Amino acid sequence: MIAEAGLAALWLSTGLAAYQFVLMLLALRSNFDVARAMRSVAVMQGALTLVAFAMLLLVFASSDMSVALVFENSNSAKPFIYKVAGTWGNHEGSMLMWVTILAVAGAFLALLAHRTSERTLIAALGSQALLALGFYAFLLFASNPFARLFPAPPDGQGLNPLLQDPGLAFHPPTLYLGYVGLSVAFSLAVGALLTGEVDSRLARAMRPWVLGAWVLLTLGITAGSYWAYYELGWGGYWFWDPVENASLMPWLAATALLHSINVLAARGALKAWTMMLAVIAFSMSMVGTFLVRSGILTSVHAFAIDPERGTFLLVLLTIYVGAAFILFAVRGATLKEGAPFELVSRESGLVVNNLLLSVILGIVFVGTLYPLFIEALTGEKLSVGAPYFNAVAGPLALILAVLVGVGPLLSWRRERRPVLRRLATPALLGASALVITIILWPGMSILPRLGFAVAAFLAASSMLPMIGRNPLRAPLATWGMVIAHFGIAVALAGMASNAAFTSERLAVAKPGETLTVGPWSVQLEGVTPTAGKNYTALEAELHASRGEGIIVLKPQSHYYSDPPTETNESAIETFWNGQLYTVLGKSDPSGGWQLRLWWKPFVTLIWLGGALIALGGALAMLGRVSRFRWRHAAAAEWRKARYA
Amino acid sequence: MSRGLRLIPIILLAWLVAGLAWRLIKPADPAVPSQLVHRELPAFDLPAALPSKPGLKSTDLASGRPRLVNIFASWCVPCAGEAPVLAELKRRGVAIDAIAVRDTPDAITTFLARNGDPYQRIGSDRQSEVQIALGSSGVPETFVVDARGIIRHQYVGPLTAANIPGVLQQLAAAR
Repeated sequence: MIAEAGLAALWLSTGLAAYQFVLMLLALRSNFDVARAMRSVAVMQGALTLVAFAMLLLVFASSDMSVALVFENSNSAKPFIYKVAGTWGNHEGSMLMWVTILAVAGAFLALLAHRTSERTLIAALGSQALLALGFYAFLLFASNPFARLFPAPPDGQGLNPLLQDPGLAFHPPTLYLGYVGLSVAFSLAVGALLTGEVDSRLARAMRPWVLGAWVLLTLGITAGSYWAYYELGWGGYWFWDPVENASLMPWLAATALLHSINVLAARGALKAWTMMLAVIAFSMSMVGTFLVRSGILTSVHAFAIDPERGTFLLVLLTIYVGAAFILFAVRGATLKEGAPFELVSRESGLVVNNLLLSVILGIVFVGTLYPLFIEALTGEKLSVGAPYFNAVAGPLALILAVLVGVGPLLSWRRERRPVLRRLATPALLGASALVITIILWPGMSILPRLGFAVAAFLAASSMLPMIGRNPLRAPLATWGMVIAHFGIAVALAGMASNAAFTSERLAVAKPGETLTVGPWSVQLEGVTPTAGKNYTALEAELHASRGEGIIVLKPQSHYYSDPPTETNESAIETFWNGQLYTVLGKSDPSGGWQLRLWWKPFVTLIWLGGALIALGGALAMLGRVSRFRWRHAAAAEWRKARYA
Repeated sequence: MSRGLRLIPIILLAWLVAGLAWRLIKPADPAVPSQLVHRELPAFDLPAALPSKPGLKSTDLASGRPRLVNIFASWCVPCAGEAPVLAELKRRGVAIDAIAVRDTPDAITTFLARNGDPYQRIGSDRQSEVQIALGSSGVPETFVVDARGIIRHQYVGPLTAANIPGVLQQLAAAR
């Protein structure tokens, strides 16, 4: 019954979404007052989808094997948390989660929006309904998560063991919230293009959504990067894998949007560009969803290839993105640009920021799809990997990081103050870092060397907006910006250190043998079999030491029976100055064990930086929201005083 | 903004959709052929895998006579499956050399005793270095090498009886 209730809720939501879209058409063609009706329809639609998702959670939690999806992706022996997380560890469930977030975001837009005009809100809710409608149809006709099996099988086939990890409970939902949160920016942009009301009010309405989605994307990408780092056992934090790139592209677009939207909010300029970015950011989310869900690109994220579903998603993508682009082409010309600005000003700083981010986005986009296009045109197979991305995007990212230190010091419209003088100390720090790396590590390659220099410069210059003002009275948004920019410096330092100083040792060792990696000597004590709840394992005991004391690490190699899979569980020990990373591989016939050892100085800074960037975004959002509450309270008091 | 500029996104989208649709219609073939087909073998010199047979050097393969190079391993189940096909090829006079990947002499001896031994030489590639240099991504794979040591064809995966006429034809053409 639970599955049927979920399916019914999904059908009802579909009906409501259709109704919501028709209401928009009515409202835009005539002057029907449908705003209140639309708001409540949007809220109901969101609530019903949430019910459908809750029903799917329930059938997974109770291991109801008569539901095909549960049978295919779960197993009664699985720990409870992974039964629940299994809900979105598969195609249908994750698409239902995608749609649920889309509908709930629409509901919140209906509940909270107050800055835009009524007409723009109606148009935006109509766009959101149309988006939802296509994806409901996708679920109902091509990926029904509630399909039954008859007769019910006794037990399920299990979840891919790589996904049986706390990271899974957290990483996909966070990324999806970010991906799909951008749909609101898309709908608001479409709405504003329809009504022609692209102004600073719209930018202020859009900004918290962009900030929120961007914070979650940042967190999702950071968490995903750490998950890949410790779970895959390859010792890397970013592989330029197509699916990773699919999450990076919306992030890059959202980062650009986040900055250009400030120009629109403060100065009423960059109208067409900001609308374009809002459309592109969510389009990139849809492209990402398509790439991941159709399985057409070869990736470590090995999802099943399904041409029928792929075609359905591609048609949806074409309709939505195509319609938005056509709307932009038709209405973009009517947008009047706002206040002018001079060459050296915060506006032009943000324009440069946007240009660089867009070029990096283009590089990632081309690199991800290049193999596909070359094969389509010439039949030749090739792959584009880290060497291309690092060589092309790396230097641009460094230039961008330098400008991140400069931009916030510029004032709107025209810069009159001597900005360069304020940058003297950070520049000196950056230059010293460069000289120190040249003296101490003459063999270091150029990118990490520049990375250290830029990180030192940015760490200092990101603090400058706080100098000379009372930190307690600075707006939260300013605090957010400073922390996020400082986070970039931290992450950059971590990446440079990882690239420059990582020591690696791959070897076959017999029990009793000692291997050295960086400052560590690691002795293999022995390998013993052990067992977990739903797997058997081999566990190595390693005794690591760098002079004082002994640290015990126990990397494991897991064998799961449902489905039969082997995974390597790395053992990682974190110190203030780095991580010792150990992996147990296969045994060789002579009784030795393959061991992979890494010493990675300051690698944790990468994710710490990512977390700081997200924290900065969250603070900025908090600042916007609390100011909005205060204004509302003030307005209410004012109304009371006037009309009482 | 001019109209032309505003049409660029639509044109790019059309390109993207065309490319993605092409891939949906023609799904990727996961087998990646070696880049070395129709090129000279890379230079290598593998030690003997068994005391009873010589190892394998790249110069052995430019012998004036076309040969097969079979990449196999005793731990590889499909390799045992293709053994009868190799035996049949040997019976028809084909010269077959082998590269044993990540293997030990004892294991190879047992494997050949059980599945037959069609090989003239077996080189031992303990770290898969030569295998990777040849552009081979797994076991078993079979290369057709012509009289001058140039790779003429690559078979990815086990050979089957249906492959025999094709292999013989390629060997005849590679003289």
